[in-house]
Amino acid sequence: MSELESGKSGGADEPVPFMQQILDNPFILLFLGVAAPSVLYTVWGVMEVISIPVAQ
Amino acid sequence: MAATHEYRVCPDTGFKIDLQADKLIKWNAVTAIVFLLIGGFFGLMVALTRWPTVHLLPADWFYLALTAHGVDILLVWIIFFEMALLYFASSVLLQSRLPMPKVGWFAYWLMLVGALLGNVVILQGESSVMFTSYVPMKADPLFYVALLLFAVGALIVCFLFFATLVVAKSEKTYEGSLPLVTFGAMVAAIIAVYTIASGAVILIPTLLWSLGLISHIDSLMYKVIWWGMGHSSQQINVSAHVAVWYAGAAVVFGAKPISEKVCRMAFLLYILFLQLASAHHLLVEPGLSAEYKIFNTSYAFYLAVFGSMVHGLTVPGSIELAQRRRGYTKGLFEWLRKAPWGNPAFVGIFLSIIIFGFVGGISGVVLGTEQLNLIMHNTIYVPGHFHGTVAGGTTLAFMALCYWLVPVLFRREIWAPKLAQWFPWLFGLGITGIALFQMGAGTLGVSRRHWDMTFADAPLSYDYPAAAHLLMAANGVSAVIASIAGAIFCLQMVLTLLIGKKREGAVPVASDAAEGLTGHGHGAGLAVPGTFVLALVFLTSFVLYYFVNWKYLSEIWLLS
Repeated sequence: MSELESGKSGGADEPVPFMQQILDNPFILLFLGVAAPSVLYTVWGVMEVISIPVAQ
Repeated sequence: MAATHEYRVCPDTGFKIDLQADKLIKWNAVTAIVFLLIGGFFGLMVALTRWPTVHLLPADWFYLALTAHGVDILLVWIIFFEMALLYFASSVLLQSRLPMPKVGWFAYWLMLVGALLGNVVILQGESSVMFTSYVPMKADPLFYVALLLFAVGALIVCFLFFATLVVAKSEKTYEGSLPLVTFGAMVAAIIAVYTIASGAVILIPTLLWSLGLISHIDSLMYKVIWWGMGHSSQQINVSAHVAVWYAGAAVVFGAKPISEKVCRMAFLLYILFLQLASAHHLLVEPGLSAEYKIFNTSYAFYLAVFGSMVHGLTVPGSIELAQRRRGYTKGLFEWLRKAPWGNPAFVGIFLSIIIFGFVGGISGVVLGTEQLNLIMHNTIYVPGHFHGTVAGGTTLAFMALCYWLVPVLFRREIWAPKLAQWFPWLFGLGITGIALFQMGAGTLGVSRRHWDMTFADAPLSYDYPAAAHLLMAANGVSAVIASIAGAIFCLQMVLTLLIGKKREGAVPVASDAAEGLTGHGHGAGLAVPGTFVLALVFLTSFVLYYFVNWKYLSEIWLLS
């Protein structure tokens, strides 16, 4: 199998790229997958609801 | 520790399978199919009631059936099957032992008790609050207890999945990155953790409110947090069925993705942005700012849509590459013409990609656009959209996988294999009809959940256009077709387990299926002209439909 077909671009000593290190770490991804929607959707949404003035 | 685990070697793939994982996959998958049958029956009752001429059920039974259909299909069937997938993608594909199998069984029983309790409580008639269970509609406290038990069970399985990844890594059962199918399942598990946490945050206070321990729950607050669970639970499905697409391409064709790097980046977009689409349910809420709504739907959500479009390109692209490697190189589409059209696993997955992309995907983007959403918000367009994604995309992909997985796991031949060849076409036709006719009726304003579209007993009547009645009748016919197909599927799976011929030989899979499922790398080159033509057809449809809706909006929203 050629190098292109196997998808390997270097030897075993070559450092693992930063992005691949992130993608290979399930717990970083778990953190990102919980933190991003929690902040952008849930917390932001809850803050908006809380900041609605109470009717007089 | 590891020595106490017993294994079998799969004669079809050569995988070493932990017997406890094997059993958990079987039990979760079979339980899922039982609830699919129950939920599908309720779905048929709903469709026959909304068919104006038939109008089968009285109002109280209609809302009961609608609640049961939503809970059994959107949660129980799909999540039980996804639990089976998580065990398969971790323990089997990584060829690892399953840590803490007793915890897995505890989680299974917790989910089963939750699912059964939920059904009993709904059938008692005091919890017809529908899947969304919006406050101030109050269900029996046991309804919320049932959902919480089910969710906790599912959360435990997600943590077992992550534990299996750790065990596999430390015991070096695989090298390098996770296989792509396992990676996709991991993304589903990650989304599941956020989903279940959101569910707990809102369902626990709602339970206390139903017990009278809390006096009031703000309805907008409920909606914001509940949709973090309600919509995200369907995003678990998207990640899981994309993983199934890659698995199907590997099993049938021995295919590898065009580019693993690109596929993983597309999954990363899911991790970061897919759950934000929950906000499209809140687009007409007056208390939330335009910035919040537009960022969560039109800006960030489009990045997740981009991820789906990448998968929609790379899965057929990987199949085309594999077929061209086998010599099917004539013209643009010989690879597709010579595909195994008699294999229900392939046909189901192929139709799942088409229906998810063309029907569920495009309509999802339209629904997620704040201005266009005004045309169809809370109309029956919304169920039309999610029948395209959840039924046409996820359910069909899972069912298709069963035609491969059941003979492999249970060592039996599929009962009545000729019938199986009809199944994906019939189910695909029925579900596409349901989705398109509901979307059509929704565009004409038919409400999402109302029991009687004629408003016969309402003090102030309203007449929908005649076309809307016709579309709802066509929806009923499509539901009958889909139900017949669903019954065929359930019957085949049950009879295969009970009286299916014991199998001696191997299931026909691609010779390099195991390598496709667990290996790394990509097919040679980007020579997938047929797939690019299909992608252009998709993009043209997308653009046309999107702008047709803007034109429609300009005609009905006369502000100037």
